Amino acid sequence: MSAGAARSASADDGVLRAALDGRRVDAVVIGGSAGSVDALIQLLPALPEGLKPPVFCILHLPQDRDSRLAELFDERLPVPVREAVDKEAIAAGTVYFAGSGYHLSVERDFTFSLSCEPPVHYARPAIDLLMESSAEAYGDGLLGILLTGANHDGADGMARIRACGGFTVVQDPMDAQVATMPLEAIRRCNPHLVLPLARIRALLPLLETLS
Amino acid sequence: MDADDGADLTQVNKQPNDIDIELRMLVEAVYLKYNYDFRDYTGASQKRRVLAAMRVMECDTVSGLQARVMHDPAAFAQLLQFLTIPVTEMFRDPEYYLALRRQVVPFLQTYPSLKIWVAGCSTGEEVYSMAILLHEEGLLERSLIYATDINPESLEAARRGVMPLDRMRAYTENYQKAGGKRAFSDYYTAAYGGALFDRGLVENVTFADHSLATDSVFAETHFISCRNVMIYFNRRLQDRVLGLFHESLVHRGFLGLGSKESIDFSSYAHRFEPLARRERVFRKVGP
Repeated sequence: MSAGAARSASADDGVLRAALDGRRVDAVVIGGSAGSVDALIQLLPALPEGLKPPVFCILHLPQDRDSRLAELFDERLPVPVREAVDKEAIAAGTVYFAGSGYHLSVERDFTFSLSCEPPVHYARPAIDLLMESSAEAYGDGLLGILLTGANHDGADGMARIRACGGFTVVQDPMDAQVATMPLEAIRRCNPHLVLPLARIRALLPLLETLS
Repeated sequence: MDADDGADLTQVNKQPNDIDIELRMLVEAVYLKYNYDFRDYTGASQKRRVLAAMRVMECDTVSGLQARVMHDPAAFAQLLQFLTIPVTEMFRDPEYYLALRRQVVPFLQTYPSLKIWVAGCSTGEEVYSMAILLHEEGLLERSLIYATDINPESLEAARRGVMPLDRMRAYTENYQKAGGKRAFSDYYTAAYGGALFDRGLVENVTFADHSLATDSVFAETHFISCRNVMIYFNRRLQDRVLGLFHESLVHRGFLGLGSKESIDFSSYAHRFEPLARRERVFRKVGP
């Protein structure tokens, strides 16, 4: 663990609770790139059984590779995990992964949609597009988390979440495997919290009681 | 539209905001004025594309864009390039074409003549891919292919059959994975920075303007390929389109969709049965 992590580790659940300030979390969106599979392996098992809000995970992956992430995590988590399907109604308490090769969006009627628009920041699916559309659907009920990564995708998305009243958490660049993505997001969106992974992990068990 | 400071811009998400109201008015105006129906396209992607058009066409608001488009057909032609999504490639998802070769072609070979509909053909990549596949399976000469799209510029590009030369490497790889039987370069001539595809491939292709949103069935077909078109449609429009396809297809005809498309949520879900589930190839069920 880095120095940043050690500093924040003195904080307790009470601090995180206070930071969330009793806010309602209707949905969570988590984005990441380089190093983020490892980060999610540490993070997601902290999701509580009986979770209420849906969780959307979007990682940069090779475009021609079918993502196996949903299968990988379905075995490890106490909540259902699936790849997001076009036009599917979003179910409570489910972890959804964006598949490869298509952009994923959340529609205003809380369904998913896929699209083949050109890559954004060389990425398809792009974190920005999922975050922006989720922000517009969920408004102040959205919790956005941006993790490690080597490009600028996600910064605009986090800014949009913040502008729509949502809560924004960025992984501490000192703690991230690659700092580029968190640094750009911090610069662009002035996040509510900048936390090492272990503290973001401590945030997730609070979700159940929040919603 | 971005707010970097994230200050007090909280929106009430259940209420349509200004831009959503303007978007609805824009597609309504486009429909009434030009008879292009984008009213049942899904929201998030369409909104991004209109915002992209606003940047390029230097309009500050959607209403401003609407005013320009209303009074200037050339501006509408420009907007149409954004409203449609001409992102495609040859032999995209090679496993789809492989499934066609292995599981659909044997049925198609039993017909003395074939009608095939490539719906939403965009700039033609899929049409030429299909023609090459049919050619290699000995079916092209007895096939009539309808290649339809709503975007006249895309149709024109499809007719020309010139693809960017820098894509040929990727397309060659796709072609080989798709079960290609020759050298991919046999099918095109590199000239003037483009790859000009063999005219013989499209001798039996009819390129035509057809809207899945407003037009009706124009022919009985044996196989319809409509890939990554319906993902832009809401369920109501998807239902309409699947209805058109069901009506157009012969008894037990074939339907191919994009690799992440689903008909499970459609009222037509039970009227097509999966033939190759993963590759999204279906067969018509019932009359």
